[in-house]
Amino acid sequence: MNAKGFVHKYPDNVDTDVIIPARYLNTPDAKELAAHCMEDIDPDFIKKVRPGDIIVGGFNFGCGSSREHAPLAIKTAGVSCVIAKTFARIFYRNSINIGLPILECEAASDGIDAGDEVEINFDTGVITNRTKNETYQAEPFPEFIQNIIRAGGLMNSLKEGSHE
Amino acid sequence: MGMTMTQKILAAHAGLPSVKAGQLINADLDIVLGNDITTPVAINEFEKAGFDSVYDKSRVNIVLDHFVPNKDIKAAEQSKQCRQFACKYQIENFFDVGEMGIEHALLPEKGIVTAGDCIIGADSHTCTYGAVGAFSTGVGSTDMAAGMATGKCWFKVPAAMKFVLTGSLPKGVSGKDVILHIIGMIGVDGALYKSMEFTGPGVTALSMDDRLTICNMAIEAGGKNGIFPVDDVTRAYLDGRSQREYKVYEADEDAEYTDVYEIDLSSLVPTVSYPHLPENTHPVTDARDIAIDQVVIGSCTNGRISDMEIAYEILKGKHVKKGLRVIIIPGTMAVYKECLKRGYTEAFVDAGCVVSTPTCGPCLGGYMGILAAGERCVSTTNRNFVGRMGHVTSEVYLASPAVAAASALTGYISDPREVL
Repeated sequence: MNAKGFVHKYPDNVDTDVIIPARYLNTPDAKELAAHCMEDIDPDFIKKVRPGDIIVGGFNFGCGSSREHAPLAIKTAGVSCVIAKTFARIFYRNSINIGLPILECEAASDGIDAGDEVEINFDTGVITNRTKNETYQAEPFPEFIQNIIRAGGLMNSLKEGSHE
Repeated sequence: MGMTMTQKILAAHAGLPSVKAGQLINADLDIVLGNDITTPVAINEFEKAGFDSVYDKSRVNIVLDHFVPNKDIKAAEQSKQCRQFACKYQIENFFDVGEMGIEHALLPEKGIVTAGDCIIGADSHTCTYGAVGAFSTGVGSTDMAAGMATGKCWFKVPAAMKFVLTGSLPKGVSGKDVILHIIGMIGVDGALYKSMEFTGPGVTALSMDDRLTICNMAIEAGGKNGIFPVDDVTRAYLDGRSQREYKVYEADEDAEYTDVYEIDLSSLVPTVSYPHLPENTHPVTDARDIAIDQVVIGSCTNGRISDMEIAYEILKGKHVKKGLRVIIIPGTMAVYKECLKRGYTEAFVDAGCVVSTPTCGPCLGGYMGILAAGERCVSTTNRNFVGRMGHVTSEVYLASPAVAAASALTGYISDPREVL
């Protein structure tokens, strides 16, 4: 599995309130949520984002509320992967559970700038910066988690019985 | 190698003799929780996957608390979806308007969560229940859906940080100041993926309400859970209240901790977190020139009766600063009723405050106290992120109910020790 796209870069501690403000949490509709994705940190994000684009954050990406609406909005906006130095733990498991690919990689977060074109190989964890001709190695997921991702999320893995 | 208190609870619920940090396990759940924002997403996932029953209708809890009484038509539709689901699957612990409370004030109060439990909730502040000696953590809606269907959840066993508490809290200093102090010390990701285990001789001097407040904000340090040992204070709280028999787990003496901090409670002062991160803590004495527009006293962090009591002690017979909006929100209907009975409500209204029925409303910028551009609020809630309570240029200062009430009198962030 691969992803390729242009990068939107954000600082440390991007919280779920700025990813999807609570004033829009009166609906579970993914498309409505996506229309307000990143609104309070980057009001132009939704105009700029193209299918396949990649979000790069710093430490503690997705901190704060447990709202699954946050990774859901990012995924539905067309983002193919979020790379960060670390993820807040609920955002981390929510992303896995809904099938939004995420990778922890400090070197990538430091090396990649906004607008860079980046390609990711999820099987090897290799992140390639096409703009800068650099590569970074992310830690691949443990098998237990890869099974959930391969099934397309937690509910699918439960149905397939691949979760045990 | 010994286990921490959290690891022991997880091992028991995974049917394993022992677990170690980093291990991935599938654990049995005693309680699954969701609210009016997270449950609709969970219901959609539950139904999409084709499940037609919940694992135990007495263990699934749905609390309508974020946007109720409903703030708009869309919020009403979400509540309706929860209501219909609860009815269809005969969910015993479904709490609607009139019986509801803010979930993390309500579940301990009703004895639904108890010592030794393994609990997930589709709300980040589910970590609150560590106060009664449970393993309890926030998850997302899909985890809630899977938990409702199977009674199980996957976890990565957390490493732990130990906070050894000594001494006792001075007057005007509370559990809120303890946890703000800790977050200021270790940062908003200082406990990332880890348990925060509170221990030491100072624990005995902390009330259950203080412990609930401390565990509530473990997530604001990035923690997976916060947990207190079960002692006489816990037993006094649970006995006659806990709906199920509880089980006491203790950390092994040779349990491993990544970090150990000693905190002398008697050295703590009223503490304020400046915008826009809970780690931006300052002693209240540094904050006294900051003028405010609004005060909020309530939330899952500080909406319990002792929080109302300290606000009453400060506000009774006085009047809030003219031009200030002061919003007081008892956390549950029982707290609401107790405020009426004790005369707090009348005193608050006489002082120029509004008193609302339970809601999470203002804490997350939902309704009931949204801030305009550039406005400042002192709030007993738990987050002060950009735009959290309204406009992106508004500001939230996190503090204890004592600081909030003292500030309500002056219109500036104020030291409660001067009025108590």
